[in-house]
Amino acid sequence: MPLLRLALASLANRRFTAALTAFAIAVSVCLLLAVERVRTEARASFASTISGTDLVIGARSGSINLLLYSVFRIGNATNNIRWSSYEHYAQDPRVKWAIPISLGDSHRGYRVMGTDHNYFEHYHYGHSQALELAQGRPFASDPFEVVLGAEVAQALHYKLGDQLVLAHGVATISLVKHDDKPFTVVGILKRTGTPVDRTLHISLAGMEAIHVDWHNGMPARGAERISADQARAMDLTPQAITAMLVGLNSRVTTFALQREINEYLDEPLLAILPGVALQELWSLMGTAEQALFVVSLFVVLTGLIGMLTAILTSLNERRREMAILRSVGARPWQIAVLLIAEAGALALTGIVAGVALLYAGIAAAQGFVQASYGLYLPLALPSAYEWSLLGLVFAAAVLIGAIPAWRAYRQSLADGLTVHL
Amino acid sequence: MATALIELHDLGFAWPGQPELLDLPALRLEAGESLFLRGPSGSGKTTLLGLLGGVQLPRRGQVRLLGQDLAALRQGARDRFRVDHTGYIFQQFNLLPFLSVKDNVRLPCRFSPLRLARAQQRHGSLDQAADSLLAHLGLPKTLYDRRADALSIGQQQRVAAARALIGQPELVIADEPTSALDSDAREAFLRLLFEECQAAGSGLLFVSHDQSLAPLFDRAESLLDLNRAARPSEA
Repeated sequence: MPLLRLALASLANRRFTAALTAFAIAVSVCLLLAVERVRTEARASFASTISGTDLVIGARSGSINLLLYSVFRIGNATNNIRWSSYEHYAQDPRVKWAIPISLGDSHRGYRVMGTDHNYFEHYHYGHSQALELAQGRPFASDPFEVVLGAEVAQALHYKLGDQLVLAHGVATISLVKHDDKPFTVVGILKRTGTPVDRTLHISLAGMEAIHVDWHNGMPARGAERISADQARAMDLTPQAITAMLVGLNSRVTTFALQREINEYLDEPLLAILPGVALQELWSLMGTAEQALFVVSLFVVLTGLIGMLTAILTSLNERRREMAILRSVGARPWQIAVLLIAEAGALALTGIVAGVALLYAGIAAAQGFVQASYGLYLPLALPSAYEWSLLGLVFAAAVLIGAIPAWRAYRQSLADGLTVHL
Repeated sequence: MATALIELHDLGFAWPGQPELLDLPALRLEAGESLFLRGPSGSGKTTLLGLLGGVQLPRRGQVRLLGQDLAALRQGARDRFRVDHTGYIFQQFNLLPFLSVKDNVRLPCRFSPLRLARAQQRHGSLDQAADSLLAHLGLPKTLYDRRADALSIGQQQRVAAARALIGQPELVIADEPTSALDSDAREAFLRLLFEECQAAGSGLLFVSHDQSLAPLFDRAESLLDLNRAARPSEA
């Protein structure tokens, strides 16, 4: 099509402005897609973190708070639940399995979780996938054994048999270390793409042992200290845990049991359905997500307005070009098409460059984002929704291109063949 | 008697709300004829060219090109008619600077299938037609693929002439094409233009204020004398 060739040649003649215009569109398109992709992947990764768990039970607080600290290792528990409460519900005939969770310590920024063998048997993520060991075995009877999440092992270069020391609390600086009771790595889990990867798993007995000589949040001094070997000989049944995950024999009993737990008289407890709490979380985050999305849409609009400005500014200098085209037979509507083709070409270049920028960005930041936020951004082809966003940007650009096209149409009707200005 | 290339009858034109600018009782150009039309600024020259191109329509009277009344055609058909039958050469900066010399010459054939067909019929292909015209007009072959704005003004005017002549339009309208050239180049350019118009069988309407060129043409007229609405030159 000769018109398209003419439009491209004319653009090439103004390549610096054209490149800048296309670049502005590229950056805005990249931002739009990045926001969209992070949003989608964040949802997917949150939703796939827990599966098969019917109830999460913890101390009475907010349901989102309980979900965040028990499953996502975000934030802290407000209170513990008593061991007796755990035993009460773990032995309930309607309960198929129960996983105790005890949190509060960390190792070089990664959370430590005390639990028991049920965790390796019953915890499921994604589409009902069970945890699998890449190397070694689950922790056994010795309290000072630790099983690492895949990312912990990879980032800190631990292998089976290594010894490590846990720190009290979850802050990143000036922590008191449990350095009198080192742990031995006995197992490393396969990667799951969930917070499990960023967790160190120890037994409840281990969790109890490192705190056995602590009083009022401080380690004991001098003669009161209890060595690792002494601890091994003690009864290490915990007094309290942070939360528990429960699987039921029959889904039908979920609501009845939830209600019963929430009305438990011995201790104020809270039982939540993870799916429901996730929904609450989405509705909470929905506003922020939408705000981000709207902002990125406006950035795209800004890029397109930049294009409009560039084309409109060029129109006056190009009256001669239009008149010459008219004199060799171009009709006013062909001049208009020329300008729309120009806008389309700029937008298409911008979109292609924007997608390239996005993939370059993902390739560069993938590792960092996964390590820092536990979010895996795949280098996948654009989804149907992303294609439709790109199509929308292109359509908007062509629509905006109609403005200079209309002006050029009027202008070339008025100017006719008058070349001299 | 053959149909005249240009036939104006009792032509009147005014921009809306302004006094009459053009009042031409008659003007005629025969096929293959070359006419020098002296047209200083203020004589209504630009308006006349607009009317001949069918860009504007007369308020009264008729503009006939090859016997066709332009006012009887719709806008799109007038544009098509113009490019099919008329080649234009303007004062200067006639070319699209971002296209090559050859692409500039080929431009009218991209918009007019009729001229494309004629160019192919006479020269075998559009490429050969452009090459042959450029060669006749004395442009070195090394320049054909250069950007148009890399050429001197004199060379650009010859490219413009080649573009006006490609596909043998019946009429070539030249609007002060030599005003940017010095007097030697002027004559040389005109000679080439005459030769090529003859070879293509095209009539030539040459508008200029430079009276010294008039003797080179078949006929000379002055727009100031013809146009009863003409005001004295402001220049």
